[in-house]
Amino acid sequence: MNRIKAFGAFWYDFVIGDDWHVAALVAAGLALTAILAHLAGVNAWWLLPLVAFAALGWSLHRVTAPRK
Amino acid sequence: MNALPLILTVFVACAVEAIEALTIVLAAGITREWRSTFQGMAVALVVLAAITAAVGPAVSYLPLTPLRLVVGALLLIFGLQWLRKAVLRATGYKALHDEASAYLREVTAAETAAKESRRGVGDWYAFTLAFKGVLLEGLEVVFIVITFGDNQKNIGAAVIGAAAAIVVITIAGIAVRAPLTKVPENWMKFAVGIMLTSFGTFWGAEGAGVTWPGNDAALLVLVPVVGLVAVAWIGLLHSRKAALSAPAKESEAVSS
Repeated sequence: MNRIKAFGAFWYDFVIGDDWHVAALVAAGLALTAILAHLAGVNAWWLLPLVAFAALGWSLHRVTAPRK
Repeated sequence: MNALPLILTVFVACAVEAIEALTIVLAAGITREWRSTFQGMAVALVVLAAITAAVGPAVSYLPLTPLRLVVGALLLIFGLQWLRKAVLRATGYKALHDEASAYLREVTAAETAAKESRRGVGDWYAFTLAFKGVLLEGLEVVFIVITFGDNQKNIGAAVIGAAAAIVVITIAGIAVRAPLTKVPENWMKFAVGIMLTSFGTFWGAEGAGVTWPGNDAALLVLVPVVGLVAVAWIGLLHSRKAALSAPAKESEAVSS
């Protein structure tokens, strides 16, 4: 059981890393891009860069903002 | 796409992994025993070769669009994590990744561990330390080579970049026989973070079904824009830190 947990923890750390919000935002951005491209016919090439910048900014802000 | 940017991107990314593997191998070899360390390295390289032989050709048979979606998503997540860490380190919010202190940690642990022979290996600790270090960092090299090479349909160029990085770092390691502390590792990671984020965004969006204006030429805009955003964050966090420390200094002056 411990080995399975360690295996899972390794892959979580390898793929997701320190902040799971970044991975969640990237997944949401890709899903939205695909929906816009395939269902609405919008060539939304600009969406993923915006999501990436927002994810980076949000993640950095969460770590560095002064605690209240 | 010209092969040179691909070779350079893979070279820098793989050089970072090779430096980390070298630190672990040196710690195992110098403090424990070189023979077992080399055995660990050799077994890790055989496992890596087997994984590459199994996964490499299989990846090239996958359809390009879903492959780009998955690989783009992974590269974008990796790239943003690397950029995040590099920005935090550049602004002092996170301690710099120091190969000298990483080496010291490994050496201290290696010196205190008991010597034990197993399965024909003289020093099992040195063997497993070298095996794990080379396998884990090597897996990242294999991932970079396969994803970048396959997406650009130029595995050869990606292999050249990776092989050159491993050869250069190995020669440098043999020459100095110490962890490569003079290498500006954080700035290399910053550059790799920019490249992974840019390529990940590009392939991920293509995999999701969009067409980039200018096709591959869009990368020539995307890379500098990602770099500018990251540099802007470094500037912003520096000024935030300065603003936070200013009132503290003022109150210190008032109280004295």
